[in-house]
Amino acid sequence: MGLDIKIPIGLMFTILGLLLTIFGLATGGNAELYSRSLGININLWTGLVMLAVGVLMLATVKRKPLKKE
Amino acid sequence: MESTFNLSWVDYTIMLVYFGFVLGIGWALRRYMKSSTDFLEAGRSIPAWITGLAFIATNLGALEVIGMAASGAKYGMATVHFYWIGAIPAMIFLAIFMMPFYYGSKARSVPEYLKLRFDEKTRGFNAFSFAVMTIFASGISMYALALLMETLLGWDFNFSLVVSAIIVLVYVYLGGLTSAIYNEVLQFFLIVIGFAPLVILGLINIGGWEGLSESLVNVAVRNGFEGGAWIHSWKYMGSTTSNPMGVEWFGVIVGLGFVLSFGYWCTNFLVVQRAMAADSMAGARKTPLIGAMPKMLIPALVIIPGMIAIGLTSMPEAGFNLPVKGTGYDYDKVIPMMLGHYFPTGVLGLGLTALMASFMSGMAGNVTAFNTVWTYDIYQSYINKNKSDKHYLRVGQLTTIFGVVVSIGAAYMARMFNNVMDFLQLIFAFINAPLFATFLLGMFWKRSTGHGAFFGLISGTLAAALHHGLTAPAGAETLVKGGWLGTVVHTYPSEMAQNFWTAIYAFTAALLITIIISLATKQKKTDEDMKGLVYSLTPKISQEDVVWYKRPAPLAILVGVIALILSILFW
Repeated sequence: MGLDIKIPIGLMFTILGLLLTIFGLATGGNAELYSRSLGININLWTGLVMLAVGVLMLATVKRKPLKKE
Repeated sequence: MESTFNLSWVDYTIMLVYFGFVLGIGWALRRYMKSSTDFLEAGRSIPAWITGLAFIATNLGALEVIGMAASGAKYGMATVHFYWIGAIPAMIFLAIFMMPFYYGSKARSVPEYLKLRFDEKTRGFNAFSFAVMTIFASGISMYALALLMETLLGWDFNFSLVVSAIIVLVYVYLGGLTSAIYNEVLQFFLIVIGFAPLVILGLINIGGWEGLSESLVNVAVRNGFEGGAWIHSWKYMGSTTSNPMGVEWFGVIVGLGFVLSFGYWCTNFLVVQRAMAADSMAGARKTPLIGAMPKMLIPALVIIPGMIAIGLTSMPEAGFNLPVKGTGYDYDKVIPMMLGHYFPTGVLGLGLTALMASFMSGMAGNVTAFNTVWTYDIYQSYINKNKSDKHYLRVGQLTTIFGVVVSIGAAYMARMFNNVMDFLQLIFAFINAPLFATFLLGMFWKRSTGHGAFFGLISGTLAAALHHGLTAPAGAETLVKGGWLGTVVHTYPSEMAQNFWTAIYAFTAALLITIIISLATKQKKTDEDMKGLVYSLTPKISQEDVVWYKRPAPLAILVGVIALILSILFW
C-alpha cells in the first residue's frame, strides 16, 4: 500500500506532543492542578516524550516508497 | 465519581485529533481498495513489523486492559500467566509450525483452511460459530465502553455507543483490513503512551518496586495468604489454596498454557488474519514473533496498575480507595479510578483517548475478521457462488455496515440481559476449547479425516458442556457458573480452575474422538489435495538465501529465552 504508517503516527504524536507541552508550560505554576500527579508536571513530560517520538518517526520516513523486493 | 473527571478543552482536543487521524487513515487508503483481496486480505502486502504490532493490538481491546488490571489487583503477579505462559509458547508455535500452512495454502481464512484440509461441514461449523462469536464480542466491548463513558463522564450511553461504532465503521468501510491494521498500530502506540504515565506516577507514589512489594505483603496477609502471594508468579502455584487465583501449576501449564492459549492464538482468525496479511511467507511467520516482544512487556502497562491500586488500599495516607461491590472491591474500576486519581486535565484526555483506542483496535479486529469469514466462507460458499470479484468486494464493504449494525444490537442486548451474554460467552468457550485438537491433527497427521474432525469438534464441545454442567466453582450461585445438570460431581476452588479443566477435558475428548473416527472412516483427500496443508506432505521451506538472523527460528528462540528470563525474575 502506498501509505507509510509512520507519517500519520508521527504527525499525530507531534501534534499531541506540542499541545501537551504548550499546555504543560502554560499551566506550570498551577500547583493545584498538579497536586494529583504528585507535584509533577506530567503534561509537560508526556508532551515532550510524545514530541520526541513523533519527530523521530517523521525523521525516519523514507522519501520515496521502497519498491517491493 | 463525577467530580474527579472534569474534562477541559485540551482533553476534548486530544480526542478530536485522534478521531481525525483514524478516520484520515481510512480516507487515505480508500483508493487502494480495488479487489476483494485488497479489502479483505489487505492485498497480502503489509510489512511484518506492522502486522506484528497489529497482531497484539487487536487483542489489546478495552476489555483486556480493564480485565487484566482488575486481575492484577485481585490476583497480583500471577496474572502474568496470561502472558508469559498463556501466550508466548502458542505464538512461537503458530509462527514456526502453523503459519506455513495458513499462509502457504490457498486458504483466505481459518475456516477455509478447514474446508481445504477436511470438508465442507467442518468449515461451515467453524465459520458460523466464529461469525456469531465475533459479532457478540464486538457488541460486548461496545457495551462496556459506552457504560464506562456514561459512569465516568456522564456521556449519554446511546451517544458513546453510536459515535464509537460509526468511527470504526467508517474507517473499516473505507480502507478494509489495511485500514484496521494501520490503525491498530497507531492505537498501540497511543495505548502505550496513554498508560505509561499512570504506571510511573503510581510507582513513584507507592515507593517504587520495593514500596509496592511491601504494600502487597500487607494485602496478602490481610487476605489470609503468605506474604509473597501477590508478588510471585509461580512460587505459590504448588496448591490451589496457597494463591489467590485458586489454581495449581498443572492447570496453569496444561489448561491455560496449552489448551486455551494454543486454541486462541493458533486458531482464532481474529489474530491469525493479521499474520496472513503479511507481504511474504517470512513476514507471516515473523508476525507473531514480532508481536511477542511487546506482548511480554504489556503486563507492566496493564497488570502493574492493578497491583498498585490494591497496594494503595493498605496505605491510607495515599488517599486512594477502590469502590466496593458486594463483599469485595469492584475490580473493574481499577483503571478508571487510577486515571481519575493521578491524571490532571491534559494527560487525562490522553488516558481516556488511549482507552477508546484500545476499544477500537479490539472492535475493528472483530469487524474485519467477521467481514472476511462472512464474505468468503458464508456468502460466497452458501449464498452466491461464481460472481465477479467486484461483486465480492462490494459484499465485503456492505458486510462492514451489516456487522457493525448487528454489533450495536448485541450491545443493547448485553445491556438488557446481562445473563444472556454470560451464557453466550460460555457456549463460545465450549466451541473454542476443542478447536486446537482439530488443527493439531489436521496439520500433523495426514490420516485424520473430515468426519473425524467434525465429530471430534462436536464431541469436544459436548465434553466441555458436560464437564461444566457437572462441576461448580466454590461459592457459585448462578447456573451460568456451572452445575446445571443437577448434580455437582466436583467443586473447584475457583472459576478459573474450573475453566482450565473444562478446556483440558474438551481438548482431550476432541483429540480422542477425532483419532477414533478418522481410523474408522476413509480418507477422501488424496496426498496431492493435502500438499501444503499437512506437515509430512509439504516441502520444507528453503531458507538458504536468507541470512540466519533474519530467519524465524532464531527470533523464536530469542522470544522464548526472554519469556523464560522474565518468568524466573518474577518467580
